[in-house]
Amino acid sequence: MTDPEILNYTRETGDFSRLINSIPYAQFIGLECDQFGDDLIFRLPAKDQNLGNPVLPAIHGGVIGGFMELSAAIYLMLAQETVRMPRIVNFSLDYLRAGLDRETYAECKLTRQGNRVANVMITAWQKSRSKPISTARAHFLLED
Amino acid sequence: MDNQIRTDRVTRFINTLNQAKELGLRVTETTECSLTLCLPYNERIIGNPDTGVIHGGAITTLMDTTSGSLMLCALDVFELCPTLDLRVDYMRPAEPHKPVYARAEVYKMTRNIIFTRCEAYQESGETVANCVATFMRIGPEALPKAYREKITGGPV
Repeated sequence: MTDPEILNYTRETGDFSRLINSIPYAQFIGLECDQFGDDLIFRLPAKDQNLGNPVLPAIHGGVIGGFMELSAAIYLMLAQETVRMPRIVNFSLDYLRAGLDRETYAECKLTRQGNRVANVMITAWQKSRSKPISTARAHFLLED
Repeated sequence: MDNQIRTDRVTRFINTLNQAKELGLRVTETTECSLTLCLPYNERIIGNPDTGVIHGGAITTLMDTTSGSLMLCALDVFELCPTLDLRVDYMRPAEPHKPVYARAEVYKMTRNIIFTRCEAYQESGETVANCVATFMRIGPEALPKAYREKITGGPV
């Protein structure tokens, strides 16, 4: 999926701009990522084009899903020591609160890493980390 | 309610969802218990630049929109039903440069919850992804009257 050279550059510098620029869908929704030591925080700045429900207004549930799914894939790519490209198998998403028209954050956790399959938990929140708007679980197949 | 009314309602509804407009979603078929939407191929939603395969997130949005808009076909009175949960199984990558369709149906409806399933496929007939979702019924009154009239195309 992603050039190993870009992946190494991202690992060494903690600068995600090249990696994000290489994935059109990441730019389409406006995903960004910041590294704090070993921790990665994914960000989705407020964007009109990402809205669904116009009455609230709220971010489209599918965009929240896409944001979390892509965050998990990037997280997993960087967590691998070798260049193994994760392929998503399935994705299970619980919506806990409406995602309002403001910046959204996501954090991932590798629950289990097997030889071929990885299980990743993703949590997304807005103003308060203790009030997640969504939690998700994804399985990825790892291929050399 | 006939299929033309259903198509008009769903079209008006998805046109109020910015992200659905951005993706260019459109209605291809409606029945009293099912809805099919089409996601055209677009280079901006590619997830894998080497192969041109679109990202799963766009398919998730297609399936969430199709399953969520299905209520406009299945219920006489327009209710917006928030998604409780969604599970997507990816069967195969979508073939590039071709549209993806999603057909959703209600398989159980209760006073509080609607259960749906949805299949994403391409013209070749191959399944790209399957999705099951549940939606919460919060009642028509949860939406302003003006918005409901805009979607149903008349007084409610």
